[in-house]
Amino acid sequence: MWVLLGVAVVVVGFAARLNPLLIVATAAVVTGIAGGLDVVATLGVLGKAFRDNRYISVVWLILPLIGLLEREGLQERAKALIGRLREATAGRLLVIYLLIRQLAAAVGLTSLGGHAQMVRPLIAPMAEAAAETRHGDLSQPVRDRIKAMAAATDNIGLFFGEDIFIAIASILLIKGFLEENGIIVEPLALSMWAIPTAIVAFVIHGARLLLLDRQLGKASGR
Amino acid sequence: MIGLDVLYVLAGLLFAVFAVATVLDRTNPKRFTSALFWALFATSFLVGSYLPDVVNGGILVAMALVAGFNLMGKGDHPQPVDKPQRAERWGNRLFIPALIPPVVTLLGTLTLKGVEIGGQPLVDPKQVTLISLGAGIVLATTVALVMFRASPVTATREGRRLMESVGWAGLLPQALAALGAVFAVAHVGDVIGDLATTWLPLGTPLAAVVAYTLGMALFTAIMGNAFAAFPVMTAAIGLPIIVGRFGGDPAIMGAIGMLSGFCGTLTTPMAANFNIVPAALLELSDRYGVIKAQLPTALMLLLANTVLMYVLVYRF
Repeated sequence: MWVLLGVAVVVVGFAARLNPLLIVATAAVVTGIAGGLDVVATLGVLGKAFRDNRYISVVWLILPLIGLLEREGLQERAKALIGRLREATAGRLLVIYLLIRQLAAAVGLTSLGGHAQMVRPLIAPMAEAAAETRHGDLSQPVRDRIKAMAAATDNIGLFFGEDIFIAIASILLIKGFLEENGIIVEPLALSMWAIPTAIVAFVIHGARLLLLDRQLGKASGR
Repeated sequence: MIGLDVLYVLAGLLFAVFAVATVLDRTNPKRFTSALFWALFATSFLVGSYLPDVVNGGILVAMALVAGFNLMGKGDHPQPVDKPQRAERWGNRLFIPALIPPVVTLLGTLTLKGVEIGGQPLVDPKQVTLISLGAGIVLATTVALVMFRASPVTATREGRRLMESVGWAGLLPQALAALGAVFAVAHVGDVIGDLATTWLPLGTPLAAVVAYTLGMALFTAIMGNAFAAFPVMTAAIGLPIIVGRFGGDPAIMGAIGMLSGFCGTLTTPMAANFNIVPAALLELSDRYGVIKAQLPTALMLLLANTVLMYVLVYRF
């Protein structure tokens, strides 16, 4: 039971808005000691996993490229493209992105998208530009809201699209786990049963995106 | 054979350049401690494989202390004033370098597996996607440098501008993965699984489904990762109760159970790469802004998943 102290550190730490890295380091030490390890052994477990998971941080290699493109006006170009479309709204644009992200993930193209590659340089500026064209100047909280919805849309499209693809990690994990317990299921059966949730996710989040347009209209009076 | 170590050297060199440039950057009010953070990151990438585990752990803790005591700052990186004119001049050609990484990742993933040179695989077959992504980034950055006639110094400066706006959040996903390993060694998951089966009502088919979907979401929110929650909750509730006692379909249970976990992922700062990193990348004033934007969708979808599972799992 004492090992749950580490979880408590995490919950309290995030609720108190402490620095997340500090929370992680503290929670790791608390959990290790509560679990019967000494500080050195805990640091060893933490350090080994930290080293083995370096691949997660390799994505930052893309930042010089994105920075160069932004310097040459990528965000401005994305905005100009959207500003020309009279029918474009932030919500409609994000609905289309949601659909593309879900469909692409469903055929295994999970790398088409992402926050550093797509949302910051392209999708968020496009959504802002569409809202500006329609509603005039936006306040900072409204800008933040649109950008946050753009990031949310990328996540939701990915999560509720990828499981339709039979060779994705989560499907293989489910299949492997069931197999260990003597139940053989086909990956296709698993991915087929991901479709109802995918459709519901599109309907729910799509409706919220269209609602965002109405909220933007009310906020600006236009 | 090309493996992840190539990417680690590249990332290590990039962070080393960030560290040196940060020390020299007088516009950054905390240039020495910020540089220390990037230098530690570089060290971990460049020589982490050769260091004892406890030293790697020490590097993580040191970085956490620098970030935790608010010792990281940003430099001033003025952007060109003629950006709209530049955008006008390049037109849609600007999108070409942006599209190279995903296209190369896709092509590489499809073609590089199984390519052999002298009986040796060209790239590590387990890491084809990441290595293809790395190759795509290198190619796209080269194309951008030539196209814009920019110097590598400009490229690293622009990269540092973005890295500084991400700040400590850039380390968080990797740090959370390390915390997950400590949780696993201390059997945190098993303890939570035991608690769930002891305290959740599981007596009827409906109660079992509700306990399983909510349990997946909650446990995922705590661990930050549905993959960590799935084996525990499925061994505790899914297999013995929904499938074993009430005769539910295992494929439906597994598929919708995992997706219930994904609803939890949308709600938690523990899933940093999806929820905290983008808030930093988009420079939102609220660190939890993305989570707040996702919360209504996550809760409605969790309810929908629960209904879907109850309606479907006992029928097929």
